[in-house]
Formats: sequence, C-alpha cells, structure tokens
Amino acid sequence: MSLADDSLEETMAVTMTVNGERVSRAVPVRQNLIDFLRTGLGLTGSHIGCEHGICGACSLRLDGAVVRGCLTLAVQADGAEVVTIEGLTASGEAADLQAAFVERNALQCGYCTPGMLMTAAELLASDATPDRDGIREFMSGNFCRCTGYQAIVDAIETVLRKRRRLA
Amino acid sequence: MKPARFHYVRPASIAEAVLLLAEHGEDASILAGGQSLMPVLNMRLSRPRVVVDINRIAKLKGIALADGAVRIGALARHVEVMRSPLIARHLPLIAEAMPNVAHVAVRNRGTFGGSVALADPSAEMPACLLALGGAVVLESTRGRRQVAAEDYFHGLYDTARRPDELLIEALIPPQRPDTLSAFMELSRRHGDFAIAGLACTLRHDAGVIHAPRLVYFGSEPRPVLARTAMAALDGKAWSPATHDAVAAALADDLDPIDNTFGSPAAKLHLQRVVTRRVLDGLPDKARAA
Repeated sequence: MSLADDSLEETMAVTMTVNGERVSRAVPVRQNLIDFLRTGLGLTGSHIGCEHGICGACSLRLDGAVVRGCLTLAVQADGAEVVTIEGLTASGEAADLQAAFVERNALQCGYCTPGMLMTAAELLASDATPDRDGIREFMSGNFCRCTGYQAIVDAIETVLRKRRRLA
Repeated sequence: MKPARFHYVRPASIAEAVLLLAEHGEDASILAGGQSLMPVLNMRLSRPRVVVDINRIAKLKGIALADGAVRIGALARHVEVMRSPLIARHLPLIAEAMPNVAHVAVRNRGTFGGSVALADPSAEMPACLLALGGAVVLESTRGRRQVAAEDYFHGLYDTARRPDELLIEALIPPQRPDTLSAFMELSRRHGDFAIAGLACTLRHDAGVIHAPRLVYFGSEPRPVLARTAMAALDGKAWSPATHDAVAAALADDLDPIDNTFGSPAAKLHLQRVVTRRVLDGLPDKARAA
C-alpha cells in the first residue's frame, strides 16, 4: 500500500460518543485521546500529567473501563464511547464520591482529582468490597502529591461502605 | 511530549496486517494495548514511520481451551485474563500473577500478546509463559510457526519474533491438578516494575518435590529458567536446608543487571528472599489444594 508524503500531518475522520454526545472530527493520527478531548472538544477536566502512563491524571472511561488518556490515540476511540470527568459529574454517578472527597479533604491542589474520581468510580461500580489495603492497591496507578493518600482512601472507603450498605 | 509524525494503518485481518509488516518491516511498530508503545512514542524514544494498529482484528481476541491447550489471543486484555474462569481453573499461576501487572487502567488496555511480544525484563507474563512451558504462534506472509517459550526470549526486549511477524496467540498446556504453582515479585510500589520475581510450578508427592520449574524475572535481561536451582529442589522434601540450597544455587543461574533499581548483588539477594518466601509458603498452599 502506498503512504502519503511523510512530511504531511496525517489526519483521519473519526466518530465517537463523548459524554453521551456523538462527535465527528478529523483528528491527527498521532494525537493522543486526552489531547483531542482537551483541545479538540474543550473538555479540560481531565488533566495531563506525565504523558507516559505513570501518574493517572488523564484517567477517563473508554467503552466502560478506566484507561490512560495519554496512552490511547484519538483515532483508536473511533466508534467508542468515552466518558470524562465532565460526563461522570453530569450523570450524578459520582456525586456521593465527590461530596466525600470534599468532606474528607481528599484534595488540595486538585490536579489529580479528576483521575482519582474516574478510577474510584470503577471500583465503586464493581462488585468488589476491598478493605483499605485493597482500596490502596486499586488506586495505586493514580499519583497524588498533596494529600498523602490517607484522606483519599478515607473518602473512597466511606462511599464504598455506604453503597454496600455496610455503614 | 507528543509522538512524532507517523502513518497510521488499521488492518481488519491477520492477512492484511502481515502484508503491511512484510512491506514496512522494521519501519513499522505494532500497536496492541499501547501501554508500552505509547510512552516511547510520546517521549519520541521511538519514531516508527508506520504504526500498525491491530486492535480491530477479531481473530486475535479471546481465551479458549482447545486441543489440550489454553489459547490466549494476542489481543486478550490483562483484565480479561484476570477475570477469566478458564484461566483461574486451568492456569492458576497466571491468575495469581495478574494482579501484579501494572495498575487497573493499564490492565484494562494492555494485552497478553503485547507483553509477550515486547519482552520487558520485569514483565510478569513472559515469566509465566516460560514457567508453564507455553509457546507463541507467529505469522508472516511466509507462513505460521510455533516457538516454544524456551526458544522465544533471547534477551533484553529481544525475542525470536522477526520484524515481519505478528504474534497471533500464546498456547499454554493446562496445569495438572497435582501441579502447584506460585508467583511473587518485589517492587517499590504495588504495580510498579518488578525488581525481583519468581514464577514457579512443581509437583509433590508425600512431601517430596518433583519436576520444579523456577523462572526468575525482573533482575535479568530476560526470564530465566533456573536449572541449577531446579536441580537442587527436584526430589527433595520441603525443609529450611532445601530452601537454603536452592537459594545458594541461584548464584549459578542468575546474572542480574546493574541499574538504578540496585546492584547485581542486591538483586541476587532479593531473588533469594523471594525464593525462600515462595518455598516457605508452598506447603500451606499444598495443604489447601
């Protein structure tokens, strides 16, 4: 197969559902999904941290599962369903979790918070009821440089117990 | 950090993918789960001319038991392997190892085939594949071939796969009901790259150990079948003296890498720690089985 001139920015037309809305755009094939969402669609709730999959600030939901927005190309989300922190907030799915984060002081600068919420939402939506160590293990892919994690685990544990009717 | 320009192709079939690899060879990078490729693209440590995205190839997906082997499709995501009742039943070693693979968001996207194809020295799945005596199936326009895990891992990110070959699946013999297996790794933080690790299988009869397979990873350029340590364990009973002999034998099997995670001596020590912990825990596991 013949490829276009190497010096050109190659784009591809994609259609995906983002926070319940169908969007069609031509995206550069090398653009990460997180950059498309932030700069292409103006959804700046998901943050960019390390850009190599270590920090978790860009966590979002792709076809129902939490993923790194910096480790997926926008073109790979063609036909997929994407939910960002904006969508999670609008649906009310994480309202109790967000309230618990505020109540427990589980954020200071807030940079990691959208990613924390996206990952914790996956735990809450599962049928697992881990103890504090298990919560830490589940959240181990999301970095926070302010809180020392204790308050984040507190908030998630509180909501987990409420949702499972354990408290 | 954004990837340098590349051409993006999304083949719909294995035939189409291997044609692309035949044409572009070393100029192409295969994109599966992307959890290792995307970081090196983002950091521009790798600048392939062509990225071949294999995620839409249906025949690379799924986990099945057929012809006496568990087939794990190259595109089976870690999370699928982790939740698979078939894996839990027939390959408990992999089920035990899987929670150690990175973090939830990475497991949701990363693939079994990608991990085996990349052959990162600290990766869990290559070690398990070797411990279980599995094989990989590779395909190119020249045909299909099967390579045993023992012949597949050559060195640091170096495998028997040629640039025009696509990894199709792993084939792994089911663990026998009388086979015990254990997995342990040491890392700075849960889910981080392993500094030392052991994947092992063995059989036991009235407290005597038979046919042990000990595979060490993390400290070595590739997963290593520790034959001297295995010989020190075969036919012996569980005892502190046996465990010490196995740990001592490791000096002949391992040649740890010197890097920022530690010196060769420190890593050899850690591998011995892992060995003792695993062997000390196995009698309880045997009783529970």
